[in-house]
Amino acid sequence: MAKAKLEELESPAMLEEFYRQMVFIRRFEEKCNVAYRLGKIGGYMHTAVGMEVTPVGFHHVLKPTYDYIITAYRDHPQPLLLGSDPVSVMGEIMGRSAGLSRGKGGSMHVYDIEKGFFGGWGIVGGHIPLGAGLAFGSKYKGEDRVTLCLLGDGAANQGVVFESMNMAALWDLPIIFAIENNEFAMGTRLEYHAADTELYKRGEPFGIKSERVDGMDILSFIKDAKRIVDWVRKEQKPYVMEIMNYRFNGHGAADNDRQLYRTKEEEAAAEKRDPIARLEKVLIDRNIMNREKMEAIDEELTDQVEAIYEAADASPFPDADEVYANVYTDMEPEKGH
Amino acid sequence: MATIEMTYRDAISKVLAEEIEHDENVLIMGEDIGRYQGTFRVTQGMFEKYGGKRIVDTPITEAGFTGIAIGAAMVGLRPVVEMMTMSFSILAMDQIINHAAKIHYMTGGQAKVPLVVRGPGGAAKQLSAQHTHCLEGWYAHAPGLKVVAPATAVDAYGMLRTAIRDDNPVIFTENPGLYTVKGEVPDDRDFSIPFGKAQILHEGKDVSLIGYSRMTQVNLAAAEALEKDGISAEVVDVRSLSPLDMTTINASVAKTHRAVVVYEDWKFGGFGGEIAARIGEESFDELDAPVVRCGGLNVPTPYARNLELECIPDVDDVIAAVRKLG
Repeated sequence: MAKAKLEELESPAMLEEFYRQMVFIRRFEEKCNVAYRLGKIGGYMHTAVGMEVTPVGFHHVLKPTYDYIITAYRDHPQPLLLGSDPVSVMGEIMGRSAGLSRGKGGSMHVYDIEKGFFGGWGIVGGHIPLGAGLAFGSKYKGEDRVTLCLLGDGAANQGVVFESMNMAALWDLPIIFAIENNEFAMGTRLEYHAADTELYKRGEPFGIKSERVDGMDILSFIKDAKRIVDWVRKEQKPYVMEIMNYRFNGHGAADNDRQLYRTKEEEAAAEKRDPIARLEKVLIDRNIMNREKMEAIDEELTDQVEAIYEAADASPFPDADEVYANVYTDMEPEKGH
Repeated sequence: MATIEMTYRDAISKVLAEEIEHDENVLIMGEDIGRYQGTFRVTQGMFEKYGGKRIVDTPITEAGFTGIAIGAAMVGLRPVVEMMTMSFSILAMDQIINHAAKIHYMTGGQAKVPLVVRGPGGAAKQLSAQHTHCLEGWYAHAPGLKVVAPATAVDAYGMLRTAIRDDNPVIFTENPGLYTVKGEVPDDRDFSIPFGKAQILHEGKDVSLIGYSRMTQVNLAAAEALEKDGISAEVVDVRSLSPLDMTTINASVAKTHRAVVVYEDWKFGGFGGEIAARIGEESFDELDAPVVRCGGLNVPTPYARNLELECIPDVDDVIAAVRKLG
């Protein structure tokens, strides 16, 4: 990587932007948790608290809205970064007509297709072949897009992951299988669900370049992510990344009993790796920002999130007649009970 | 319009080749469809003619390549997935039902999935329990999919073109027993038959024989046999399970006042039950007798030829069902 680029990634302005984006995502997710407890959000909802480095880091090394991103159900941060109307993101999570899918998808199914964000999927591992299909499509058309396919350590055991990796290698698909290893498949610890806990090795049998990276440090992550994205774009071949991180919340908002699978001591130790706190230390050490400024930014973003929530909450629920819309592109399904 | 006599199989091959030439985003994916020429030879010669970009040989990994086709469809390709047999599509059912069928809806109309999944469905000859499924009823159960089951060469030709040009995921089932059935097919690269239109293939006044796919051919033979006994049977070829044309079915029942629904799938819980229930709900006053279902036996299809034949409704079974109507 050229030196100038490296410096650019660590410029004061860039670091401030990382900080703003990571804090914004955290405050947004925390607001979602509060709204869930208030009954304003239903069903299953999964937040990315503690996992902000991955979406923010990739956002700065991909070509936003040109490259394709697909992920599972922890899908709030990506559209927020891509510039989707945050009220539409929150509106979707709250099942309102202002939502990106006008309330048809919900928290697990957030999409902004025009911006290259392909969701938002609820079947663990089910979206991996779709991701390979996005890469197949761009390659077929002779474009140089990169597809970022995010999955968790739990999904890494699904059969379609191996099927997709095989075809991605066989057909040289420009896709990054980015396995976010947060150490838990819902409530099952890594060593109880994976025969080999070094998940990056799953690309190796297919001859896919594979490596493990730190997903709790934005500065190291962004360099790794840039090198890998640039390689995939240039070579138009797949890559497997294992991103080591940790989710501070439960698996989902309905997961209230984290002590069933991890101890409070372990959580406390993990919180010392908090990516936002780590970045704050860098900002102070480099004299880019003082605590006062950080608090001001946090307050500003917290207010922003509050305003987004209020606007989404003001949006009505979808009209009852909408229930039949969009089952097909050109006809309605059979109607009535 | 000039027509050419050809088999059901050749009609499918013809439209596949024409659509490959018509639209650069159309491609075919599947197991052994390229270099090996296709298990049922539907794609014979296409790999040599159109190359590996358009005719994609896949590993034996139905869930994976179906998912890839769905993803590719979301970004504008129009993949036609060939299942070596529809029975294998069970491996891809999560991709088809839990993904493809729901994408347009879950995205609030943002994404489209112009995908065709086609292949032989139903009994061939002694392929045993795992290669003989009729899955069209399973798929028709899922909103978001269109499901068609043409019974004639001309319908296979016209409906597969409609399927490929449709912006929704379409399940196109080809009963292997139909591949050698011949018919007149228009020599017209834009000829298409819309979905959701049943047709009367044989007029009658005493009983409606309602079916689709190969059972329509069985019903035509049964109608001929019944005619010798003085019973005038009308053959309603449903063609399209979803959307379903109840208008044509109800009109036929209003004329004959009796209905037998014939389907190769397991009788219990099969799609014929849906048609029978709909006739009951919508044409009750027209009926002179309860609607009778004639379906496949509720067993995994056995290997022994005599047992296998026992399972699949044939002309005698249809006639016996008609006799039940009194």
